[in-house]
Amino acid sequence: MISVQACLDGILLGILFALIAYGMALQWGVMNIINIAQGDLVILGGYIAYFMYLYGIHPAWGVIVAPIIMFFVGIAIYKLVINKVVDRDLFISILATFGISILFMQLMNFAFGADVVLANSDYGTTMLFNNNVVLPNSKIFSAFISILFAICLVIYMKKSKLGRAIRATAQNARAAKILGVDTEKVYAATFGINAALCGVAGALISITFTIHPYMGLPYTIRSFMIVIVAGLGNLPGVAMSGMGLGVFEEFADYILGTEFRIGSVFLLLVLILVYRRFKLSRKREYLK
Amino acid sequence: MRLNKIILSFVSALVILFSTSVASFAKVVGDKIILGAAISLTGKYSSNGVHTQNGYNMAVDRINSMGGVKVGGKTYKFDIIYYDDESNPKRAAQLAERLISQDGVEFMLGPYSSGLTKAIAPVTEKYGVPMVEANGASRSLFTKGYKYLFAVLAPANLYLDVAIDLAVEKNNGKPVSVAMAFEQDAFSQDVRLGVLEAIKRTGSKKVIDDKLPKELNDMAATLVKVKQMKPDVLVVSGHTKGALTAIRQISEMKVDVPMLAMTHCDAAKLSKQHGKNSQYALCASQWHKTLTYKDNFFKDGMTYDADFTKEFGYAPPYQAAESSAALLVFKDAFERADTFDQKKVRDALAATNMQTFYGNIKFAAGGQNVDKPMVLFQVMCDGDNCENKVVAPTKWASAELIHPIPSWSKR
Repeated sequence: MISVQACLDGILLGILFALIAYGMALQWGVMNIINIAQGDLVILGGYIAYFMYLYGIHPAWGVIVAPIIMFFVGIAIYKLVINKVVDRDLFISILATFGISILFMQLMNFAFGADVVLANSDYGTTMLFNNNVVLPNSKIFSAFISILFAICLVIYMKKSKLGRAIRATAQNARAAKILGVDTEKVYAATFGINAALCGVAGALISITFTIHPYMGLPYTIRSFMIVIVAGLGNLPGVAMSGMGLGVFEEFADYILGTEFRIGSVFLLLVLILVYRRFKLSRKREYLK
Repeated sequence: MRLNKIILSFVSALVILFSTSVASFAKVVGDKIILGAAISLTGKYSSNGVHTQNGYNMAVDRINSMGGVKVGGKTYKFDIIYYDDESNPKRAAQLAERLISQDGVEFMLGPYSSGLTKAIAPVTEKYGVPMVEANGASRSLFTKGYKYLFAVLAPANLYLDVAIDLAVEKNNGKPVSVAMAFEQDAFSQDVRLGVLEAIKRTGSKKVIDDKLPKELNDMAATLVKVKQMKPDVLVVSGHTKGALTAIRQISEMKVDVPMLAMTHCDAAKLSKQHGKNSQYALCASQWHKTLTYKDNFFKDGMTYDADFTKEFGYAPPYQAAESSAALLVFKDAFERADTFDQKKVRDALAATNMQTFYGNIKFAAGGQNVDKPMVLFQVMCDGDNCENKVVAPTKWASAELIHPIPSWSKR
């Protein structure tokens, strides 16, 4: 039963992380920007839901309000900073978003205080298999909402005009520009969509876990890892690697102990990267 | 070029003037004893940093208005120079240097948290500046042989060992099984060592010993293990985040355990954030307003609580109370030393043996306060109204410990 519990815990956790990683993969693919401030956008989204909760509105509504606000926050960040670094090399964008991350942390600390907070959803618990497997409904809700948003986004990318423009820009920005796509607008929208996804994830995190102005970095690192494992431009892969890492982490916790939990995930990442490199080098030989 | 030279000499003249004038307003000037403190006013410790500052300020005002400090037949008043250490140990150490070598401060108050105190202690030690600190409980602070460091609070290893003793007592003196989940930071690991000692002393058994990563927001895996192993006591320490996460997930996963002991319930505003779900949690605390200690300045805990609430608009957490106590210790030591000689003040501090509203204070050779036991309170709810009530040690108990905790299905 423990393994069923571990699997389910891991999957539910992984889906939530995959949503954040999804946004990161999108903007990485389209704009070639690694956003270090990803986690801080998540936390900001969490604070939106938390404040709704403080004012007596159920925090679950945060999954609708947070992305709307965060979309505009994203566009504002793009207009102020990102559009100046979008065509430069990756390192500049990392530096710029790192700066945004520090700024966000300090601003959130200044505005909301340094207390750890959470929003209570009072969703209760689901018991399975004769009470041997326990799943908090808030986690199930989070996973459900994450999947819903991910599906909506995939459909939007496929069907809408802007979605097609985004995909075209991701494939070849210069060609898209020549064919009449306003890449500037596409970039702004991509960054906005990413921020909106972070907003949703943040609202869900305030319901399932806790938020704090300085808690963003682990989310950035996690989504970065998920994208690396999945490979760029591989959106179904992001979902799979998100859940895979979640399950792996839970099992590592049971088998090796909690202190090795994060370490083992990083070890897995190293192994995957080494394996990739090994595969690549073989390919190169073949090409010779 | 000439203009450049003029500007340069002007600037250097200003610098010299400024540095001498800064040095001259420091230490003991006129009727003021100037203390220095680096406090986290921004950054991740800023909530508790502000509690610390409020505690210091409250005591300074109180002592000054009640006659100040009498040294050598003259009356002095306290004043504090604060700097913001941004919750950053490196910055705190720099600021301590600055306070001592530039501002000329000769006596220091501690920062918030063990980590920052650890960063500052080597600096104050190097310059022979006596420091009374109220917010660094990590045991490693007291094993380094520091001569100028004095802590008014009980060391971290004493936070939760009382809980194990209590569990054994409730189990008719028979050993118990203990599940432990501690964050991997200096403070929580010290708490863990204390619990391990108590387990050994009572012949109890540890069944789970999880070390939670700092960045972890989720302890579901640990709680699943707890459900399987069914220990008698679950001990959790991971600062505010740990306390909040534990209560959230224990209530969501319906984990039944006869005793749940934690740290940082006060700082986490546990009963406010979690309401009824936090009921029955046992929390270690340095101080509680209902304790019956007394002094001449704040009278007792209840009066301190009322005065502090009136002045700052919120009830004082123990971080504020212990900070106020640090000033009382300084006043007492200055008066006994009857001089501002740092060595003599240091010796007077080492010989401190007094009672404050916060508790008895007597320092061991390592600088930790050995005369003040920790208290345990239990969150008790009447309807939706939850309160913290002291349940141990029995001397101060205002309520009977509820043990075992009723199972979730019966709540």
